[in-house]
Amino acid sequence: MSAIKARGISKSFGNRCVLKAIDLEVEEGDLFAIIGPSGAGKTTLLRILCSLQPPDSGTVTILGKQMSYREAEDLPLRRRMSFISQKPIAFRETVRENVAYPLRVRGIENGNEMVYHALQHVGLLDLADNLGVTLSGGELQRMAFARATVYNPEVLILDEFTAHLDPYNIKMLEDAVVSYRKEKGATVLTVTHNLFQAKRIASTTAFMLDGVIVEQNETARIFNSPADERTGSFVRGEMIF
Amino acid sequence: MESDLLNVTLLSILVSGTATLLASSIAIPLGCYLGMRKFKGKELVRTVTYTLYGFPPVVAGLVLYILLSNSGPLGSLQLLFTPIAMILAQTLLVVPIVIGLTMSAVSTTSKDYTETAIILGADSWRTARTVIHEARIGIISAVMVGFGRALAEVGAVMLVGGNIQWHTRVLTTAIVLETREGNFEYGLALGAILLTIGMVFFYLMKRYQDKGMLT
Ligand SMILES: Nc1ncnc2c1ncn2[C@@H]1O[C@H](COP(=O)(O)OP(=O)(O)OP(=O)(O)O)[C@@H](O)[C@H]1O
Ligand SMILES: [Mg+2]
Repeated sequence: MSAIKARGISKSFGNRCVLKAIDLEVEEGDLFAIIGPSGAGKTTLLRILCSLQPPDSGTVTILGKQMSYREAEDLPLRRRMSFISQKPIAFRETVRENVAYPLRVRGIENGNEMVYHALQHVGLLDLADNLGVTLSGGELQRMAFARATVYNPEVLILDEFTAHLDPYNIKMLEDAVVSYRKEKGATVLTVTHNLFQAKRIASTTAFMLDGVIVEQNETARIFNSPADERTGSFVRGEMIF
Repeated sequence: MESDLLNVTLLSILVSGTATLLASSIAIPLGCYLGMRKFKGKELVRTVTYTLYGFPPVVAGLVLYILLSNSGPLGSLQLLFTPIAMILAQTLLVVPIVIGLTMSAVSTTSKDYTETAIILGADSWRTARTVIHEARIGIISAVMVGFGRALAEVGAVMLVGGNIQWHTRVLTTAIVLETREGNFEYGLALGAILLTIGMVFFYLMKRYQDKGMLT
């Protein structure tokens, strides 16, 4: 079964068509990467997939249930998935409290152990009592990861989760994503500019350009023998914008 | 003389404090609501609110005076020249300020925090609570500015209070009186008390705010 299924997703801002009838299917348990140049519509697509904004047309089905784009109605489904945005923000409270937030809103009272494990997973135990807003960029991303996974979502959607980070933090976060997927059998969809990252962690990769998915395939195939000329020039770093 | 001074000072604190409290309990929820909601005419509401920041206290006092005077629609309540009338007048002046400042405090934090809360599984009540919680520093500032306006204001309380000794005389109206009678030094001393009250209040609120920033 596919964990994420999008059919004919279109979205315009003003008279600018950002997504053009996108079809996307992510198998359960897959680690799926979307690569593509800036402005291709990647973030817009992810936001639609996790119900932050409705598409102009098309349907999104997550774990077999169709998104209604009505906030209250989608709540149970949204609680089974998670999204880390390109610019995550911390609430003005401690790291520990930030990570406990999803448990609090679900009425889970004794989640201390879950919080502990989530923090440990990204190496943040030492900073647990610091304020979320004082974290460095890498620490903030790791905190966001802990907060997004503390409640064990079945679907994890990531938008550039290692952008602007140093190799140490990149490695740490990649390991966290890979092991989370393995341990929980979760489905991961990630958008990345970093082609090496897609190569390193993704089983499936899709190339997106100007609001369409040009092609998708096993990661190795996308990089070694792309079917479309544009994919080839993008992965070889020849695409000039 | 001394008990008079104490009386005037306490009444100032009581009137302006109550007005700020009353105004805040109306304006904070309203400001949060307006700040979080997207609706047609939001810009208009914002403009009107900002315009009311500068609403002349004497005019507010005059309007209330007309309403509360014996021949006015609320004349039967017999509130004119009472501290209650003064509280009402200052409440009118403080409400727009607290609404406006709360609105902008909430609007600036709103989008990012709303989305983060939603993503993490909050329902709409929880989301609103989170956004307001994150805006708390700005909301506290709104209350501080509101109290400052109430405390410093003289025109409205003069009109609807009448500056009656032992009854409706507050620091600002006492200063007017003393100045008229040529007691400049006493007037200045009253002014110093007024400033001290403001300072103590701001200091306490600031501490509360810093605590809010840290926890
Ligand atoms: N709310 C909006 N209003 C108007 N235009 C928007 C809005 N959101 C996105 N866009 C536009 O849609 C296009 C696609 O944006 P999107 O953020 O999806 O790109 P992206 O592929 O994620 O790019 P990047 O890799 O730089 O993050 C951009 O040109 C952007 O300016
Ligand atoms: Mg993006």
